[in-house]
Amino acid sequence: MSRFALTALAAALVAASPAIAQPVAITGGKLALGDGSAPIDNGVVILEDGRIVAAGPAGSVAVPAGAVMLDARGKWVSPGLVAPFSRIGLAEVDLSADGSDDASIGDSPHSAAIDVTWSVNPAASPIGVARADGVTRALVAPGPGDRIFSGQGAVIDTATDYDPITRAKAFQLVYLGEAGAGMAGGSRSGSVLELREGLRRAMGEGAYRDLPDDSLLTAADIEALVPVVKGEVPLMVVANRAVDIVNLLRLAQEYRGLDLILMGAAEGHLVADRIAAAGVPVIVEPTQNRPGSFEALAATQSNAGRMVAAGVEVAAAQINDFLTRSAQNNRQLAGNLVALTRVPGHTGVSWGQAFAMITSTPAAMVGLRGEIGVLAPGARADVVLWSGDPLELTSHAERVWIDGVEQSLENRQTALARRYRYPQREALPKAYRR
Amino acid sequence: MRSILLCSAALATSACATAGASDTSEAPRLFDPNPYASTYAAYPGVPTVITGATVFDGNGGRIDNGAVWIEDGIVRGVGSVDDILVTGEMKVIDGTGMYVTPGIIDVHSHLGNYPSPGVSSHSDGNEAVDPNTAYVWTEHSVWPQDPGFSRALANGGVTALQVLPGSANLFGGRSVTLKNVPGRTVMEMKFPGAPYGLKMACGENPKRVYGDKGGPGTRMGNIANTRSAWIAARAYDAKWDKYEAEGGDRPDRDLALDTLRGVLDGDIRIHNHCYRADEMAIMLTMAEEFGYSVASFQHAVESYKITDLLREAGTCSAMWADWYGFKMEAYDGIPQNVAYVHDAGACAIVHSDDPDGIQRLNQEAAKALAAGRRMGIEISEAEAWQWLSANPARSLGIFEQTGSLEPGKMADVVLWNGNPFSVYTRPAKVWVDGALLYDAEDPARRPVSDFELGQPGMGDVK
Repeated sequence: MSRFALTALAAALVAASPAIAQPVAITGGKLALGDGSAPIDNGVVILEDGRIVAAGPAGSVAVPAGAVMLDARGKWVSPGLVAPFSRIGLAEVDLSADGSDDASIGDSPHSAAIDVTWSVNPAASPIGVARADGVTRALVAPGPGDRIFSGQGAVIDTATDYDPITRAKAFQLVYLGEAGAGMAGGSRSGSVLELREGLRRAMGEGAYRDLPDDSLLTAADIEALVPVVKGEVPLMVVANRAVDIVNLLRLAQEYRGLDLILMGAAEGHLVADRIAAAGVPVIVEPTQNRPGSFEALAATQSNAGRMVAAGVEVAAAQINDFLTRSAQNNRQLAGNLVALTRVPGHTGVSWGQAFAMITSTPAAMVGLRGEIGVLAPGARADVVLWSGDPLELTSHAERVWIDGVEQSLENRQTALARRYRYPQREALPKAYRR
Repeated sequence: MRSILLCSAALATSACATAGASDTSEAPRLFDPNPYASTYAAYPGVPTVITGATVFDGNGGRIDNGAVWIEDGIVRGVGSVDDILVTGEMKVIDGTGMYVTPGIIDVHSHLGNYPSPGVSSHSDGNEAVDPNTAYVWTEHSVWPQDPGFSRALANGGVTALQVLPGSANLFGGRSVTLKNVPGRTVMEMKFPGAPYGLKMACGENPKRVYGDKGGPGTRMGNIANTRSAWIAARAYDAKWDKYEAEGGDRPDRDLALDTLRGVLDGDIRIHNHCYRADEMAIMLTMAEEFGYSVASFQHAVESYKITDLLREAGTCSAMWADWYGFKMEAYDGIPQNVAYVHDAGACAIVHSDDPDGIQRLNQEAAKALAAGRRMGIEISEAEAWQWLSANPARSLGIFEQTGSLEPGKMADVVLWNGNPFSVYTRPAKVWVDGALLYDAEDPARRPVSDFELGQPGMGDVK
């Protein structure tokens, strides 16, 4: 029974509209390009063959003959949202639902070598929920096991097909700070040693070249770190305490090829100028403002704004909770950063900057600048038509395209909401209403 | 209680004199039911009128170009600007472009019993040693220095909250309702006159925690254990009722049964952690079986499936806007839950259960409102504010004192710098009992807990 239900749902999902061969012109809407600029009134976006052909103010963009015309007056149009970090698609249910959860690498003897792409389930409910709210791409990586390395993350799309991977091996995730210390036996020093060992083995460096292999990492793990030390794959590092960030930047001086991304950075604002000088982009949770741990004593919602003011590239995501299912709320978090511009003493960001934090900035961190998260010629045609301002709580996605293919916005939640719109007993039990 | 007073006031009467003749019929000696009473005292305020603002009165009403007058700790007047006579004694705040609401009340918080930082030394919310710990009172876990209280005030406009024990146990213990005013002791924070609550739990948590510790290990075990406790409570209640009426041998006191007896007597309110519709229906039936009522279901992720049952029972649903799927019993969560419950005429509450969520309950309500409107349910913003103050106050038994802007009620008031259903809006000022305890313009009106003193970030905007 349950298997039949899942199959039926899957069939409904893949029955989304086919790609439109003709160009599509979306006109008259308020246009958010995603590149940090302010929204444009009365904009035009042209999609063709899965790519953006043009986007800009009416008059600056030629509408091709024969284009399908979509009137977006009174609406907003934006690139699909990019979740800067999440675990959507890795778990259906997070607790005591055996077999439905691939969100952590658990007891695997491997760590850095784990490739998340084999765990992504595009039919998972959280993918459908994210898609229905305008999230079209996500950076995903599993949670750690008992090593500081958490494996090779990917960029995925949220489309209703079975090919979710946009870029495999898009980054390597590693934990320092409190979390890393816990995995490395209890101390921060231990976690740094473990990181250093992985990097040096991957470089075939010094003593590590000739000694017998007593590594905590497997051969596969070390192989996975080779492109990291060459700077071909970004190293995403979780650290929060100000001095942990400084130490990371110091460590990076020794491995100059590293392409770092900092995640967490609860106290990043205390060392914002140093992060900016190192050119390291940061993923933060904008609303983190409690001393939830001893490495977040100085947490404040002005963290993101102060780092932006110092010249740091900042992306915004819910990263401390509900990673498997919260990507759709990143736009709320970004909106909260705009709210701070009206609170005395706080440092907020502009609307355009906030929107870039959930579109182009996370894309750029993993080498996909101009490819996703932006309405610009040549970018993938991930487009959302919104009922209103996409950072507002009362707005919702009305239509979503991924690679130019219009997507179904149906999911388990919409089906449940329809079934139970009215609780009254009907001619047949609720089980017959779908 | 009454019987002892009557008897001691009439010692000379023959009934009492006769009763005193043998030691089995001594006058009943009763115990203080409220030994840890509130010592809260409101802080001083100044007579204040906010003019020109949009007012949500908390009862579903909206006043454009309105005015709210607070003085002596209470609301003195609410109306249009023309209705309130401003005198020279009053501080006048121009609220043009701003909104005034009753303070938000969160019915489900763990501030204080799971405080920040969330280290194991601070883990005081679940007495997970027995499936029935009705004997614990969570006020004895509340750490008044939790830095989370100040965030809830300054960012969330939260003026009162219920701290609940966790849901590991079938009976988790007594809750406590607090004013969100810093105190040195928990008694200084206790909401004066608020009834106690008792946290109950059904579903996954108790069976997961006790499955390999002697049970319950199943949902049917949860129910059997809970019913057994009510059977014992009724026997205890009868024994004490008899003693209070007739004297005689004093029954042994049992802290857990004291609390369950308080429920059966209608003095303590049940707040029942329950997700699934079918389980909520069983718990409502159990309440009928043993003669008590359920004030609220907490989390109530599937309330939308049984809105009719909840309306008939008069039971509130305290809900998140959109949490779902983090465990099996939350799998069917939908963002329309709050709006569906409201639309059916049942009592809807937006709650947090989270030290971050409590800072944005207005935003959560906005999401819930929007989800309802997408399904064609027209609920005004003023009506939806009931989810944040009036309905929470009703479920906690404090609606006579707070939860709406009405003359004579506590002046628990928030002035927002815009429409509080917008993501771009924050509290500008927050009053509790007429005392200005947060002012966005004034760093001196920004509470800093002991824990934060001398730490990085002390006194920063949060």
